[in-house]
Amino acid sequence: MLRTFRIGGTHPPENKLSAGKKVRVIEAPGQVVIPLRQHIGAPAQAVVKKGDRVKAGTLLARPAGLVSAGIHSSVSGKVNKIDEIVDMSGYKQPAVYIDTEGDEWEEAIDRSETLKKECTLSSSEIVRRISEAGIVGLGGATFPTQVKLMPPPGSRAELLIINGVECEPYLTSDHALMIEKGEQILTGVSILMKAIDVHKAVIGIESNKPDAIVYFRDMVRNFPGIDIMPLKVQYPQGGEKQLIDAVIRRQIKSGALPISVGAVVQNVGTAYAVYEAVQKNKPLIERIVTVTGKGLPEPSNFLVRIGTPIRRLIEAAGGIPGDTGKIIGGGPMMGKALVSADIPVTKGCSGVLLLPKQEALRKPACNCIRCAKCVSVCPMGLNPALLMNATEFANWEVAEKNYVVDCIECGSCNFICPANRPLLDYIRSGKGKVMELIRNRKS
Amino acid sequence: MILIAIIALGGIGVLSSGLLYLVSRKFEVYENPLIAEVQEVLPAANCGGCGYPGCSGFASACVNAQALDDLFCPVGGADVMKKVSVILGKEAGNAEPKVAVVRCNGNCEARPHTNQYNGVKNCAIASSLYGGETGCSYGCLGYGDCVKACGFGAIRINLSTGLPEVIEDKCTSCGACVKACPKNIIELRRKGPKSRRIFVSCVNKDKGGLARKACASACIGCSKCEKECPFEAISLSSNLAYIDYRKCRLCRKCVTVCPTQAIHELNFPPRKETN
Repeated sequence: MLRTFRIGGTHPPENKLSAGKKVRVIEAPGQVVIPLRQHIGAPAQAVVKKGDRVKAGTLLARPAGLVSAGIHSSVSGKVNKIDEIVDMSGYKQPAVYIDTEGDEWEEAIDRSETLKKECTLSSSEIVRRISEAGIVGLGGATFPTQVKLMPPPGSRAELLIINGVECEPYLTSDHALMIEKGEQILTGVSILMKAIDVHKAVIGIESNKPDAIVYFRDMVRNFPGIDIMPLKVQYPQGGEKQLIDAVIRRQIKSGALPISVGAVVQNVGTAYAVYEAVQKNKPLIERIVTVTGKGLPEPSNFLVRIGTPIRRLIEAAGGIPGDTGKIIGGGPMMGKALVSADIPVTKGCSGVLLLPKQEALRKPACNCIRCAKCVSVCPMGLNPALLMNATEFANWEVAEKNYVVDCIECGSCNFICPANRPLLDYIRSGKGKVMELIRNRKS
Repeated sequence: MILIAIIALGGIGVLSSGLLYLVSRKFEVYENPLIAEVQEVLPAANCGGCGYPGCSGFASACVNAQALDDLFCPVGGADVMKKVSVILGKEAGNAEPKVAVVRCNGNCEARPHTNQYNGVKNCAIASSLYGGETGCSYGCLGYGDCVKACGFGAIRINLSTGLPEVIEDKCTSCGACVKACPKNIIELRRKGPKSRRIFVSCVNKDKGGLARKACASACIGCSKCEKECPFEAISLSSNLAYIDYRKCRLCRKCVTVCPTQAIHELNFPPRKETN
């Protein structure tokens, strides 16, 4: 019997159309647009100006504050301008426009394919390199990785959990990475174990990726302390708290961090980026992106430079089908509709999904029939119907008392609701409002 | 039998009334009778527009205040304040009546749609997701959070423009719509003599070219109005002009120079033809 998390969960159709497709490299486009805010926290501060020549890997912007991440150039060329662009958040963000010229890389970066397994660096040196490489959580939350590797005083990590779950339907970028870069990922995991000084790591992989499980099981023999745990397919198992519950059967209190149960969770993509940063000196300037959709001629996994417009990826996958209703950044459950195809790929972009019109449009919402399906699927044990009502009628005390801030915005309630009620839309806005009230109370 | 019941119930009645009398004397809270009197003349809308929790809160603030200068009931207006000043024997401040003003003129022609929003028709939710259906991320979303917030039916969405419009006679300037608008488009401005007023009907802070591209009637921050204004009532900050209604003398010079017609005049008589 495979493990999974114990509260709620659902199983939307997997639709992993691009599974098993080899990763194709997309050449650097003529111009890249690199937003200065590709992470949670303060936007980075630009250190280049118009007309500057940069190489791939050159620092464009340094982190502003502790919870922030540096941004590096993904191509070589000339800074055309520093302006704004509407990014995946739907709002304008400052960004550096670079016109590509040639493909020169910073000398320090080791571009060879040879695996470099040994790592003799100290823990603090590893964290410093990760921080300098601008690595953020690549599972989608884009939280700066170095912050997670520095546990607050008084707490100690006991276990590193690696997230190879990829529970989001359609997306296969982590899967493709696991198949192609398995050894590098495992080396990255060993480095992360060293960074937080733990001797045990568990890689959780959902059972819909049997090839990855077999491959990893075979390889971990050479990596002491790393275990593979196949997990039952259940959404949203990729959520940090859900994965911890699935792997070590421990619940995290409302408002507490995973470190409170001794766990640190990192994505497989992050582990790979850590390997490249620490062993090859390569900052986070490219990532694997799944481009998929039922009408798309060739759903694929691409290795893309950060800042490439997603239009190029869609073209490489066969072009935008005629009946496309929405282009979504990310997967169908947690992704967000994009306002244009010229939005650049950022660090947190794991996929681009093209939904046909009839699937994209929302069905009209009806009255709540009190079936409590949303309550039974909520992985955080919340009551979505109640929270939606509380938000709709601005009843912030009720929303706060019922832990609206614990919502992980997984969208299971929206997915399951037979009356098509926009539960998450309201809850997300209520969560924002309550968090603002809490902040105001503190200050 | 009946007698016993009468005596018993009567006894209990007398006893409890005595007890209640004693308790009420013991725990009596003195309230200035003027408060109730003032509350009587207030409109009882309990809108909170005065800044106090409901009309009774405002009434006690009036009674306790030294002077009525800072206190104004936006719903009742000057008439009610006069009545209050008569009751309390204090001079009423001459606060100018205000009115809500919608500072966006991006109607369907001026501001073409670049995408379609398919989610919940609610401004707060839509604005938490993205900049909106048009190229202008500052402009009105048009889902009517202000309409829902208004307790006086003084604001409605004009179906031909898709923008909210204020019904002046009903607006009490309570400020509920100002708080409800996630884009901070609505402002309370001086109603002006004969309801005449001039304002910049745009809140777009983008650079001129971008603003113009997104909306034909956007303020492009060209500063023509700032230079034209003889009273220094117009200031420009982050590519957006703002008219200070305290300094504005309603000369309407800025309206004519604005290249995008972003400055609006309301309730003025038609201009004389100049040769």
